[in-house]
Amino acid sequence: MAANEFIIRQISVFSENRPGRLAAIAHALEEERVNIFAFSIAEASGFGVVRALVDHPVRAHDRLTKDGFNVAFTDVIAVRMRDEPGGLYEVARLLGEAGINIEYSYAYSGPEGAVLILRVDRPEAAIAAITAAGKDLIPSSAFA
Amino acid sequence: MYWDELHETMRPADLEALQLRRLRATLERVGNVPFYRELLAREGIRPEETRTLDDVRKLPFTKKQDLRDGYPFGFFAVPRNKVIRIHTTSGTTGKPTVVGYTAGDLDHWSDLIARNMTMVGLTADDVFQNSVNYGMFTGGLGFHYGAEKVGMTTVPAGTGNTRRQIEMIDDFGVTALHCTPSYAMHLAEVAEEMGSDLPSLRVGMFGAEPWSDATRTELQDRLGVTAFDSYGLSELYGPGVAFECQEQDGLHIWHDSYLVEIVDPATGEPIGPGERGELVVTPLVKEAMPLLRYRTGDITMLLEDDCPCGRTQRVARFSGRVDDMLIIRGINVFPSQIEHVLMALPEVGDQFMVYVDRDERHLDEMTIEVEIKRQYFSGELADLARLQAKIVRALRDALELRTHVRLVEPGSLPRFEGKAKRVVDRRGNL
Repeated sequence: MAANEFIIRQISVFSENRPGRLAAIAHALEEERVNIFAFSIAEASGFGVVRALVDHPVRAHDRLTKDGFNVAFTDVIAVRMRDEPGGLYEVARLLGEAGINIEYSYAYSGPEGAVLILRVDRPEAAIAAITAAGKDLIPSSAFA
Repeated sequence: MYWDELHETMRPADLEALQLRRLRATLERVGNVPFYRELLAREGIRPEETRTLDDVRKLPFTKKQDLRDGYPFGFFAVPRNKVIRIHTTSGTTGKPTVVGYTAGDLDHWSDLIARNMTMVGLTADDVFQNSVNYGMFTGGLGFHYGAEKVGMTTVPAGTGNTRRQIEMIDDFGVTALHCTPSYAMHLAEVAEEMGSDLPSLRVGMFGAEPWSDATRTELQDRLGVTAFDSYGLSELYGPGVAFECQEQDGLHIWHDSYLVEIVDPATGEPIGPGERGELVVTPLVKEAMPLLRYRTGDITMLLEDDCPCGRTQRVARFSGRVDDMLIIRGINVFPSQIEHVLMALPEVGDQFMVYVDRDERHLDEMTIEVEIKRQYFSGELADLARLQAKIVRALRDALELRTHVRLVEPGSLPRFEGKAKRVVDRRGNL
């Protein structure tokens, strides 16, 4: 199985840190019938990047670009975790021992379990380490 | 080739002696102007006490508003029947300023223009088209008389009817053109539409508006000319005060005719070579309307190194107006400097805004908002933070000032048609 099957396209949206910007992004995605699985906001001085894992990344990208946003795709991977104490430790230790650095990460917990989304310095090595440990990665085919 | 080798290449000691002699003659002439007679009496200045060139600093400045208050003929130092021409400057507010010329003034002025044109390689063999307004604006008749003095075939084209202008360039074999840089751009467009690449044209002289090096490159490419910057103002005759030579690296200002100072616009104190400030000029040969220490409002600096062409000291290309200057924590900042820094950064969009505030410790804070071009957005916060730091660093290097830089979404900054208002000073009055 090719490693890049597990590389997922996150959309990253540049946003000024002022009222209404997240609402503008969310409203555009609603109008495009794009569902958000998980998202996070990273903040620096006066601006931020909204990161989202969505079911239709291309549609989301095109619409937000049309609305004037600065949008980019970023490669991430998504790992299923046990939704119980120690679930995060298991994945984090695995990557740490493989010498893979996590640049940032966020998670969601749904009816089908918990998922950890990771931006790492060496995605192919991370995929290999996670697969070798018998953990489940969510394939990019899960997102249209 | 020189038009007036003696004055263009004068050695410093000889030049200073000439300047001092002419300064004293100017002080005598201003005695015929009631404004100056009263001003010098009020300040307790006796013209005969001007013994060295440095004594010029003891003299009062003359400001644009003083000339406006003298409307129409209050600054004439000769009887009106000795004034053989008047021009006016386009005042953006209030009445225009009137400038007058004696026969000697017109002779001297056209001589300065002849120096400039000879300096850029023009001779009696050239055909010169003068595509500026010939009315009250000094650029028309000023260049016209200078070109005729050189002996060029002069085409007084004026402005407008651009297709006819292109035809004349082609039919008359015009080799040299004078106009504003924006009209030159328009001429290039129309010539391209008409399918003419203006084969005869080789020299372009552009002035009356500030223009950038990028514009120079574009005009040179599109018109097939070498482009030279021309500086002047009506109060100092008109065009011809300073002009680029074939080095295209700064403007030669004619020190035998204009005594030059660069001052801090806020304090009026002198600023040394290599630092930007306001150009202050005492014209040394004007007869009808002599002036003392005229505040031009234009920003430049004296260049320290000698020009390979052998002429006297140059000033840098002009970079804005004093009216636009901001004083931030005691440091003079011109919006044009900020623009220059930002334009050199490929990641940054064309628009920007500058906000000036005073914080709770009463310190001035300058915040610059810039848009990031789409193709430079990687999606990573860390890249944006790095870019932000890079812009702060570039501004600090150029302005010697720490600024705040805000990255804003593309398209969110105001777009201006006409004159841009990019600076918002929110400090209020203290």
